Amino acid sequence: MTKKLIVNPSWCKGCGICVEFCPKKVLKVVKEKITVVNYDDCIKCGLCELRCPDYAIYIEEVRDEE
Amino acid sequence: MPSELILKYMREEHLPHIWCPGCGHGILMRNVAQAIKNLGIDQEKVCLVSGIGCASRAAGYMDFQTMHTTHGRAIAYATGVKMARPDLEVIVIAGDGDCAAIGGNHLIHAARRNIGITVIVFNNDIYGMTGGQYSPTTPHGEFGTTAPYGNIDRPFDIAVLAAGAGASYVAKGTTYHAQQTIKLIENGIKHKGFSLIDCAGICPTYYGRKNKKGGAVEMMRYQRDNTITVEQAAKMTREEKEGKLILGKIAENDFPEFSDEYQKIIDRLKEGK
Repeated sequence: MTKKLIVNPSWCKGCGICVEFCPKKVLKVVKEKITVVNYDDCIKCGLCELRCPDYAIYIEEVRDEE
Repeated sequence: MPSELILKYMREEHLPHIWCPGCGHGILMRNVAQAIKNLGIDQEKVCLVSGIGCASRAAGYMDFQTMHTTHGRAIAYATGVKMARPDLEVIVIAGDGDCAAIGGNHLIHAARRNIGITVIVFNNDIYGMTGGQYSPTTPHGEFGTTAPYGNIDRPFDIAVLAAGAGASYVAKGTTYHAQQTIKLIENGIKHKGFSLIDCAGICPTYYGRKNKKGGAVEMMRYQRDNTITVEQAAKMTREEKEGKLILGKIAENDFPEFSDEYQKIIDRLKEGK
């Protein structure tokens, strides 16, 4: 299983909660929408998903191709 | 595309929801979905009942058997559902005003009867939908549109009120502590009898603005830095607990459940005794 960070800017209201509580400073609000600025540092902890009031960011588990 | 959890437990066509930017209700609603998923309960066997208010919109967004009822009466409707169909998992989502002011009497009597429903309070200390009026949980001295010089009421502690009225499982969660709150909601749903989980919400639009608490981020930070456990709270004086949020289980008891007791009467009369 590989984990992927996915954002859905069309649902984002730009509250900035995910940006504040991201332990690796991966995210930024640009023009009131969530933007991933530092993807390589993301540790896929899922704290953003847990605290996003608008379900605009989440970690997806993708099955590895065999 | 939203996450699997959202796709399964929410009505995607109604999202994004209409709650304000940074409103804690979205986080709490996700917690409810996650708790139900973790318990592996059949979606068709969950009946979600809500009244009126910001929090009560959850019944429109969540994909279960749902009822959006009248102001303050969600618990009364839920009682009816549970009596007719005791096999269903009946869950009520209510705001602080809906639950403790307009529906205050329904709350205490459902707790007293110990009917097997789970009440999840999205408690943001203010009436959001109608424009920031102070609610029964607005702390003393805080501001609302109807308390422009500060609230002179003393607030209800909904969890302690429910426990005092006889609820058999009572806990307190917060918006910031999502993982712990999910666990508490799970325990509440699993518990047989009346359960109530009082979740401290955040309302940046009205409560935050009226009381200069900052935006959503500042209010979340406040919850992070000012939450104590039930065990810590037990050792503190009232003055020390001022402004603190409590996290954890307040009460758990093994009282007889109401729909069970009712069934016992039916069985007894059928036997002609």
